[in-house]
Amino acid sequence: MPPLVSLLLKRLLGALPVLAIVLVGSFLLLEAASGDAVDSYVARSGTLDAEQLAQLRQEWGLDKGPAYRFKAYATALAQGDLGWSTAYQRPVGAVIPERLPITLLLMTLATTLAFFIGSLLGVIAGASPGSLRDRFLSVTSLAIYAVPGFWLGLVLIVIFAVDLRWLPVGGIESIASGKSGFARLGDIGAHLILPVTSLAMVYLALYLRLMRDRMGEIWHEPFVQSLRARGIGHWRIVWRHVARNAVLPVVTMLGLQAAAMLGGSVVVESVFAIPGFGRLAAEAVARRDTPLLLGIILCSAITVIVANLLVDLAYGKLDPRVRTGR
Amino acid sequence: MNAWRNLNGEGRMGAVILTALILMALLAPILAPGDPLAISGEPLLRPFADAAHPLGTDRLGRDVLAGLLHGTRTTLLVAFFSAAAALIVGSVVGTLAGFLGGIADAILMRITEAFQTVPGFLLALAAISVTGPSVPTLIFAISVGTWTQAARVTRAEVLSLRERDFVAAARTLGMHPLEIAFREILPNAFGPAASLAAISVAAAILIEAALSFLGFGDPNRVTWGSMIAEGRTVLRSAPYLSIVPGIALVVTVLAVHLLGRGLSRSERLQP
Repeated sequence: MPPLVSLLLKRLLGALPVLAIVLVGSFLLLEAASGDAVDSYVARSGTLDAEQLAQLRQEWGLDKGPAYRFKAYATALAQGDLGWSTAYQRPVGAVIPERLPITLLLMTLATTLAFFIGSLLGVIAGASPGSLRDRFLSVTSLAIYAVPGFWLGLVLIVIFAVDLRWLPVGGIESIASGKSGFARLGDIGAHLILPVTSLAMVYLALYLRLMRDRMGEIWHEPFVQSLRARGIGHWRIVWRHVARNAVLPVVTMLGLQAAAMLGGSVVVESVFAIPGFGRLAAEAVARRDTPLLLGIILCSAITVIVANLLVDLAYGKLDPRVRTGR
Repeated sequence: MNAWRNLNGEGRMGAVILTALILMALLAPILAPGDPLAISGEPLLRPFADAAHPLGTDRLGRDVLAGLLHGTRTTLLVAFFSAAAALIVGSVVGTLAGFLGGIADAILMRITEAFQTVPGFLLALAAISVTGPSVPTLIFAISVGTWTQAARVTRAEVLSLRERDFVAAARTLGMHPLEIAFREILPNAFGPAASLAAISVAAAILIEAALSFLGFGDPNRVTWGSMIAEGRTVLRSAPYLSIVPGIALVVTVLAVHLLGRGLSRSERLQP
């Protein structure tokens, strides 16, 4: 078996117990909440008498123990049923797929932006450690790294949507614009510029720093000294040798940051009123929709696992040592 | 004073800003007496327009400076305790995993991995939905999402310490394995986890701000996140209401990072 395939198989098998722990753990956590689904249902839909309440509790299995409910949940889950969302009065399995693609798009765009611009600036800084250029970029990236994404989003709205009126304030596309084809795509793109920027900036700063610091270390390695002694040009060494080696930890970080970015999209989507997965999570918590929240936690765990798998694949492409198993 | 002499310029700047913030937090009841959530003047006063309200007032006429000062307390309190809780839980789990090895290690690391797979912010949200928002539950919720890094780092360190002579010596003396783990190994393995302190505090500040921005913070306390959310409703007419507390957040997180970097650099210089 090629090493890459066996690596993937190993990762997928390793992911199963992790998912099981996530499932049991989050089920137990949410079971500990005071009040149950019937309470939150009544809180929204008005009063029911004691008999109706008892009947509803029996219907939803709330009169039995948590072990019974977990078994019921796991059995349904094995058949692909994520349960019933009490807030939306629809199956969880129908609500989540509507919301997930927007968030995945947001995350992919933000990751791409952060990775390419961040590592490019990192190369510019790390090409000559200690120079004015390097110090300026280092200080700037440290400052950007301290900026919370949701606040950056508000500041960008004030500048670009309220004052300059260049970009829309929020939402994913203009309502009833009647646009189609490329015009609609452009409209969605214009709506995505600010949220993607707010989500990406922290990671851009992180990748810049990571790239720069790693390059600073690589400059001291013997193989770089020998390249210099052979009279190879500065920028050729920078791009072909130093940057190429320094990008590997940045790629590893892409996978590690997938979970953090998914968490960040919860707040950014709320700022820009984007009807995505993150906003769904905030709504599920605010409306005490336990089945929906469980489904969201499971789906985000799966998203993070898949993102890490993709990063492993990319890593294998970049680093020949992984491919050959040496 | 030795620590101060070892700090570089960046680290000193961070230390000075953080000291000022801690003083602000301690002196908030004296500098801005009374309830910061109480109405104290005309609504939507601009900053620098009225000497009684140097940073203006919000939509309901609450003083922005008073909110900022009292918000420092919440921010620092929650950030310090949740980072401490995360580091302690993480290093205990890491020590147990690394020292016990075998099945215990496998189980503990799988659990750690599971916690890392779910976004920390989502975990904090779920925990808050269970416990309801208050300062202790916020500390719990934030540390639930952030302890894993300390566990991994400590475990790696414990694995390298486990085979050292002083551990063997402790065994020969007949010390209980748990005593060896927590009295001999953990104190020596805590260094790398402690170097995560700055990152943990910064992360905790940002998570707390985001939670209270979304309305899941302690409703009885002023927080910078809730001030930003409050100002958002009048973002078009009074953007300073959201911008000012955000600047406080950025300055605080930056100071923590500067001090953290300065400390780790001066540590490296030491023999």
